[in-house]
Amino acid sequence: MRTLFKHFAFAAALALAPAAAIGQAAAPTQPTVQAPSAPPSDAISAQSQAQPAQPAQSSDPALAPTISTDAPSDATVAQATTFASTARAEPGIGQPRHYWGLQEQFSPIGVEAASFHNYILMPAITIISLLVLFLLAWVIIRYRRAANPAPSRTTHNTVLEVAWTLVPVLILVVIAVPSIRLLAHQYSPPQADLTVKVIGNQWYWEYEYPDHGISLVSNMLDDEQARARGEPRQLAVDERMVVPVGATVKLIVTSNDVIHAFGVPAFWTKIDAVPGRLNETWFSTDRPGLYYGVCYELCGARHGYMPIAVEVVTPEQFAAWVASKGGQMPGAAPAPAATAAGQPGVTAAQSTEAVPAPTNVAQEAVPAPVLSRESTQTE
Amino acid sequence: MTDTTANAVHFEASHGEHAHHDADHMPGFFARWFMSTNHKDIGTLYLIFAIIAGIIGGGISGLMRWELAEPGIQHLEAWAQFMNPGATYDEALHLWNVLITAHGLIMVFFMVMPAMIGGFGNWFVPLMIGAPDMAFPRMNNISFWLLPPAFILLLSSAFFPGGNGPGAGIGWTAYAPLSTSGSSGPAVDLAIFSLHIAGASSILGAVNFITTIFNMRAPGMTLHKMPLFAWSVLVTAFLLLLSLPVLAGAITMLLTDRNFGTHFFDAAGGGDPVLYQHLFWFFGHPEVYIMILPGFGMVSHVVATFSRKPIFGYLGMAYAMVAIGVIGFVVWAHHMFTVGMDVNTKMYFTAATMVIAVPTGIKIFSWIATMWGGSLTFQTPMLWALGFIFMFTVGGVTGVVLANGGVDTYMHDTYYVVAHFHYVLSLGAVFSLFAGFYYWFAKMSGRMYNEMLGQLHFWIFFIGVNVLFFPMHFLGLQGMQRRVPDYTDAFADYNWLASWGYAIMGIGMIFFFINLIWSLFAGRKAPDNPWGEGATTLEWTLSSPPPFHQFETLPRID
Repeated sequence: MRTLFKHFAFAAALALAPAAAIGQAAAPTQPTVQAPSAPPSDAISAQSQAQPAQPAQSSDPALAPTISTDAPSDATVAQATTFASTARAEPGIGQPRHYWGLQEQFSPIGVEAASFHNYILMPAITIISLLVLFLLAWVIIRYRRAANPAPSRTTHNTVLEVAWTLVPVLILVVIAVPSIRLLAHQYSPPQADLTVKVIGNQWYWEYEYPDHGISLVSNMLDDEQARARGEPRQLAVDERMVVPVGATVKLIVTSNDVIHAFGVPAFWTKIDAVPGRLNETWFSTDRPGLYYGVCYELCGARHGYMPIAVEVVTPEQFAAWVASKGGQMPGAAPAPAATAAGQPGVTAAQSTEAVPAPTNVAQEAVPAPVLSRESTQTE
Repeated sequence: MTDTTANAVHFEASHGEHAHHDADHMPGFFARWFMSTNHKDIGTLYLIFAIIAGIIGGGISGLMRWELAEPGIQHLEAWAQFMNPGATYDEALHLWNVLITAHGLIMVFFMVMPAMIGGFGNWFVPLMIGAPDMAFPRMNNISFWLLPPAFILLLSSAFFPGGNGPGAGIGWTAYAPLSTSGSSGPAVDLAIFSLHIAGASSILGAVNFITTIFNMRAPGMTLHKMPLFAWSVLVTAFLLLLSLPVLAGAITMLLTDRNFGTHFFDAAGGGDPVLYQHLFWFFGHPEVYIMILPGFGMVSHVVATFSRKPIFGYLGMAYAMVAIGVIGFVVWAHHMFTVGMDVNTKMYFTAATMVIAVPTGIKIFSWIATMWGGSLTFQTPMLWALGFIFMFTVGGVTGVVLANGGVDTYMHDTYYVVAHFHYVLSLGAVFSLFAGFYYWFAKMSGRMYNEMLGQLHFWIFFIGVNVLFFPMHFLGLQGMQRRVPDYTDAFADYNWLASWGYAIMGIGMIFFFINLIWSLFAGRKAPDNPWGEGATTLEWTLSSPPPFHQFETLPRID
């Protein structure tokens, strides 16, 4: 940060005081920049932001009766779909809303990256654009033919040319420092608490919890089902990826057919699912709730129809959910393999017990997964 | 060094006396237009081709905006039924991918490139450097005539099976394995052949331009006195020559993976799908500069002409384009930041990409400095050039945001990227094309365009494209993914707005076509130089339109 401010000071010395001032002034007071410009239609979501744990149910009474409590009772466990908690879709949290800025961030990387974007990049590009607009307006007014009938013949000004080469270089250096640091942080995950293997298929996601012996197939809900559950259409799924709150989740991402991309905007997480490759990324969040994502790489006809829902729950709820899926918490039972194998719906219980060590870079060319072109999905 | 660009104000050897000359003997209709060896006629053919392709590609984007105007699928199924009676729902969704693929390929390969390089490059590079024609006139002819069959192959692919339905639904990037094992049927093969032929056309054209510019400049016109448009086409031709063979290799490997059992991009056979992306973007990134560099050249001439001032920092402008061309070859992987790259690689591509902002900034500031102290008038070409400078700046600064590998994690494959590249292409490249078109329309046709219609076209189009593309930044910042026909309801308002922006832009285009047809048939006869003392390049010393063969006596530049 000290280096950053040094660069700001440097930029300020070069008549870039506005850029530096905004960058510095805005940094400590995060919400004030966004709030005044938020469109009025965001009143509802702004409310729910103030009390994040409260779903904005009352705002739409028509939906209220159709929303079940979704508690993990025996009845719901028996259904094809079970939820791990009472987490519900909250407008404006973990899902898009009608707004001109980034989605609110709920992971450490997301918070860092969003403040880099909101307080360094956005002011910088806005000021540069306005500067160019101002200069254009100035020459249009000042040097229109009526105002300046006799054109000059100036074609060179070495000082000016050196200045407009070096000043952008300095601005880029100021941008590059936090940018490179952000990259370094993205690639230095803490010790992983949980590993989820994410497998892209045409057109659904599979989630495997190798340490818990769970394997899920996650399909998009149709509009009626989503509405019945009070979830946004095109984002709701039958089986969510459930993770405990506060845990560092390591994602190992691959694909069975074509390239997909697993992305959850609220966690600033996106990585391609490439057949034959095990890509790795991670996220963690301290806030229970429901966070949506989608497939971000063109993957065929239903590319827009394979959303992602990540449900963040308390550790107790997570353990209960694992049990309801027929899985086993690592270290909870002495003979996990035998138990897991006996559970219906569990395939290939490859629980390794040990928490996988994190690696800093995406791994390549790990033994290729089975490249079956046939869909294993049962519809 | 006050005025380094060629100034042929004393050169008067062009018209009048040539009207009865042997060399002005014009062949009959068929020989003139189908067997042409005349750079101006071939340039005209390229422009007509680009306008037709632009109507088709632009019409496809209209269909896309129509479907995207509201959440849910409204029209796709009906269109799929129209194209292919009995189409299933999945085939309708596949049609969407066919539309986005066709829109991208048509606009890139069959609209912008033919118009800029084939059209304006052919017309004005020989005129500006004082050459009688291109170096290889017959090769010039085949460069053009490869394009119609390429275009027909691409359009016909829509009627052949392509996996989930008829047509190639692979995106203009044609990523494997979606384009190999993911799309059975001949549609993708036809699209690949189409790119092969279009690529061969461009390579031949590039060879022609490089030879012409290096060998056929008028006596006294050194490279450092050459007009900036010729510089821009020279740099572009080198980019084409070096990058297109890589694309040809990559899509040939797609073809053999699809048909002959090779596994270049198939992990199960020891290949790598990511290799395709590296090859594609090694071509694809220079390609985006291929689409904008000639525009830089045109805008420089328009700005200098209507400021009545020589271009500011001529050498800096020329070498900024060279720098952009060189750096453009070493930044390709910023299109692949989420592919699972090593952190150090990502840091390198972040830094290298940001460097491009420096020469681009030099160009923006030099244009403003050219106008500074000038005596500006605001005819239609100047309006487009001014619009270009600001809109390209907006597209450029969002490029700086996307250059950051850590930030791109969020933005990648969202509408933010769509907004970014439409600001540099649809508001950058296309604005420069219109600037060039209005600037040179009198020279090419011999008739003046209608100023009022031209200004209406500019203002309506300008408002339309901004309403169309600016909200896409917001959609992207909220995470809306590219290439989907349906979206969650939170994206509805901005999509609705964008679709209305398209409608406004479409109204602007109506004025363009009225202007085009009216001016061609009823426009005022154009003088040799309608723009006055600011227009100093050699084409303005010739009649409008220029004689069928110009510069029989080579102009001499002092």
